[in-house]
Order: sequence, then structure tokens, then C-alpha cells
Amino acid sequence: MSAPALALLLVGASGPLLIVAVYSFLSPAEYSGVVWELSGDGWFRVVFSRDIFDDTVKLADAHLTIFWRSAKLSLLTTLLTFAFGFPTAYFIATRPQSQRPLWLFLITIPFWTNLLIRTFAIMEVIRNEGILNSALLALGLIERPIQILYTDTAVMLGMVYVYLPLMVLPLYAAMERLDFRLVEAAYDLYATRRRVLTRVIVPLVKPGIVAGSILVFIPALGAYVTPRVLGGGKNMMLGNLIELQFGQGRHWPLGSALSITLLVIVMLALIVYVRNVSSESAER
Amino acid sequence: MAGRRAFSVKDLPGFATIAIACFLVLYAPIVTLVVYSFNAGDSVAIWQGFSWRWYESAWDNRQVQEAAIRSVAIASAASAISTVLATMAALGTTRRAPFRGQMVIYTLINQPLMVPEIVTAVALLIFFSMIKIATGYSGLAYLIVAHSAFCIPFAYLPIRARLEGMDLTLETAAADLYATPWQAFRRVTLPLMMPGVLAGAMLAFVISLDDVVITEFVKSAGQETLPTYMLGQLRRAVSPEVNAISTALLVPTVVLLTAFYLLNRRRS
Repeated sequence: MSAPALALLLVGASGPLLIVAVYSFLSPAEYSGVVWELSGDGWFRVVFSRDIFDDTVKLADAHLTIFWRSAKLSLLTTLLTFAFGFPTAYFIATRPQSQRPLWLFLITIPFWTNLLIRTFAIMEVIRNEGILNSALLALGLIERPIQILYTDTAVMLGMVYVYLPLMVLPLYAAMERLDFRLVEAAYDLYATRRRVLTRVIVPLVKPGIVAGSILVFIPALGAYVTPRVLGGGKNMMLGNLIELQFGQGRHWPLGSALSITLLVIVMLALIVYVRNVSSESAER
Repeated sequence: MAGRRAFSVKDLPGFATIAIACFLVLYAPIVTLVVYSFNAGDSVAIWQGFSWRWYESAWDNRQVQEAAIRSVAIASAASAISTVLATMAALGTTRRAPFRGQMVIYTLINQPLMVPEIVTAVALLIFFSMIKIATGYSGLAYLIVAHSAFCIPFAYLPIRARLEGMDLTLETAAADLYATPWQAFRRVTLPLMMPGVLAGAMLAFVISLDDVVITEFVKSAGQETLPTYMLGQLRRAVSPEVNAISTALLVPTVVLLTAFYLLNRRRS
């Protein structure tokens, strides 16, 4: 019964990944595509570059900058969504039972709204002539508009904005099952609020924290639309670097090698997550 | 004690403020986008009165018309194909003892949720360009195959959830009453699983309608969908026409979600 679905997935999703792996070991063709000749050039260029005049090998600074930016922005996005998402999820989980579906509904609307539309909406807000700068100017807080759009900050703000629901939903799922008698017991034993939060609530909802962090980190690392729209071409992330190799850059083996690299990082993150979940359930 | 609230174990100072601020921040940009789609002026920041002007200009724009028709056609086809296949897969994987290879099937089905979209997009670009060269065909089928594939998990999950909550004894009863397997399926199983199937089909439709990355890489020349058309427009000077198209795309999502919410609330 599952065969037709699996066949379609093999053609339209899984199978082509193997071709990417093969392509990463071939030679680039002149214009686009590949020549069927074994070559390590694609993988070599992930971190190195060869001078076209004297053949000296150097680290590919441009690529390293992009890797660093991708890692930094994804981590910051995960931290910030956690900082805002944790109180939000806690707030929803502590509403009376009858109000919770409404608050949850209010989180799912942005969650299901087209990512491009949300990115576009945040772009309108932070652009020089946008609402944010207009308001700050009108209030006299700034004298000329602050350039936020087309900076790393814009990419990060955009990602925090679009991925926040991905953090809130798993955190809420964990907090909904939180046994508040344990919290009460901690207060009875003279715990301060801070200690209740760090020693009781956080350890109890840890699976939700891990799930939310992974769910935000993975799409942030592979982000393509948000950095393209808000980073304005210069502030590329890994996803945009990959696209470049299939467009203007025209080095398909390098693009394939970069794709496989991204895939491996994501798989490692997922393995960490699965391990965490299974060890968590083994403890119970 | 006047003016001081009773101590509650659930209170954490500042959390409610942050939460309310988060809700405001989540909605403010979207609301602004919708409001300015009705702006009479050219600006997306200065309000110059209400008008339908940008909806009219989007409606009359040939490129938008074609992209909209293409988007709906692809989403309808992908939703139908993925729902049928996901229904079959859900029937094959639930309501039976765990079997060998079950994990492999789950992993394959959920794979589009795990692999970064850009990687799938690149993989499909390479694979389909091989087929394009070999066959010379460059129609919409590539987009439909790609969309159907990544819609499968979205259709599968609600159908499986519905099936897992269903009572197996009803089908046994039908068989006891001399129903053929087909009759039992047609008259008992299918009507019972229908809410899950509908939810899956709608999710798949919305997911396909919204896709940017995979479509951007797989489409041949002249196969813009609404999202890829918008992505192209964002490179140029933005006019409220893009706001109008965004708002039009927002409506089906919000209507569907609200319907689900109200249905759930009435049931409970």
C-alpha cells in the first residue's frame, strides 16, 4: 500500500540526493553542468582556492566568511527565539484551559503564513522609509533613518521573526504537561523564583527546549529566502552560496559538495536530537 | 494587602509582558502589510487613503494572472496526488502490528521535512535537467512531481493521526455482516477517515501554494508561480501591488486555519 508514495518520494525527493553526492566528485563543465570525469575539485573548493596565476593554494576566505556567518546567525537566531519563545510558551501553558486553544491558534496563523510573505512583511517594517524608521524619526529619537535592511542584523531579525513559532510550539507541548505540584513543592521548600525556574521548570521541559532549538537551527542554517530578500545579495548564507554555484558561479560539483556538507550537518543535529529524546524516555 | 495580588505558583515576573509583546511583534508586520495593500498612494509607508487600486492592477497584470492560474493548477494536482498516495501509505502503515522496514518507510515519508529545502531543490534541479536533456520535455510535470513529493508528509500525518484514533471493531462488524472488503472500505473506513483525508488535502494544497525554494529551482523558463513571481519583484522597487498579492495569498491560509479552529472548538 505504501509503494506508490515511496516511489514518488524516491523520484521526487530521496533519489536525487544520491545524484548530488555523485556530482560532487565530478568535474565542472565550461558553461553549466558537469563532465563525467572523476575530480576532487568540488570538495577542494569548499575550503580552499587556487590562485589562477601561480597555482598557490589558499584558504577560500569568501567561503569561510559565509560559513561563519551562517553558523553565527543560526545560533543567534536559535538563542533569541528561545529568549522570546520560552516566556511566550509559558504564558500560553499557564492560561486557563479554555483560553489556551485561542492563544495557540494565534501562534499557528503566523506559523502557517507563507514564509516569503512574512519575510516581505518584516522587510517593509525595517526598510529606510518603513514604519520603524518613520516612527523613530517622528518621535525625534533619530535624525536620519538607520540602515537595517541589507545587513546581517536584518537577516537575523528576519529569521527570529519567521522561526519564532517553530520554537514556541514544541516548548508549549512540553510545558502543557508540566506538573505544577512540583513547582509548588519547590516554593514550599523556600526556593526563590529564579531557582524554581532554573532548577525545576527548565529541567522538566528540556525535551521541548531541545526540540525547539533543533527545529529553529536546522531551517536557519539552510535558509535561502530570508537572507536573499533581507541580506540583499552581499550578506549571503550557505543556501545562497549553493544557489550561486548553479547560477552565476557555475560550478555544479562545488555546489553539490556544499549541499552535501549542509545535509551532513543537519543530519548530525537530528541524530543529537533523536539521542536526546530516546535517552530522555529511557529515564522514565 | 490591598492592591497586591495573591501569590500564584504559575506566575513568573515579566513573562506575560514578553509574551504579549511577542504576539504584537508577530502580527504587526503582517497587519501593516495588509493595511498598505489598500493604500491609494504609491508608498508602502505613507497612508494616502483607502482604495482597491492595487488589487485592480494585480488583477489586470497578465503575469500575475498566469502565475496565479499556474499556482492553483500545480497546488490542485499536487494536493490530489499526494493525498491519494498518503492515504494508501497511511492505510498500509497503521492499524497493524509493527513490521520490519516500518522505520525505513517513516523516514522516507518524513524525509522532505528533514532535508533542507535548498538541498532538495538543488538535487531536483540536477535530476530534472538530466531528464529534460534526455527527453526534451519541459512542461509542468516536473513541478507537479516535486510538489507532490514534498506534500506527502503533510498529507500523511493528519490521515495517520485520524486512522490511529479509529475503532477497528467497526470494520470487523462490517465483515461479520458479509460486507466485501471493498464495501467495508467504501462504506465504513473511508467515511470515518474522511476528516483526516480532507485536512491532509488542504494542508498539502496550502504547502504547495506557498512553496518558493523548490519551485524557483525546478521551474523552466516562463513557469513562474505567484511566490516566485513575488520573489522576482522584491528585487525591484516595491509597490503596494506585492502587498495586494500577499494579502490574496494570506486569505486561504487564514480562512482554513480559522475553520479548523472553530470546528475543533465546537467538537470539544
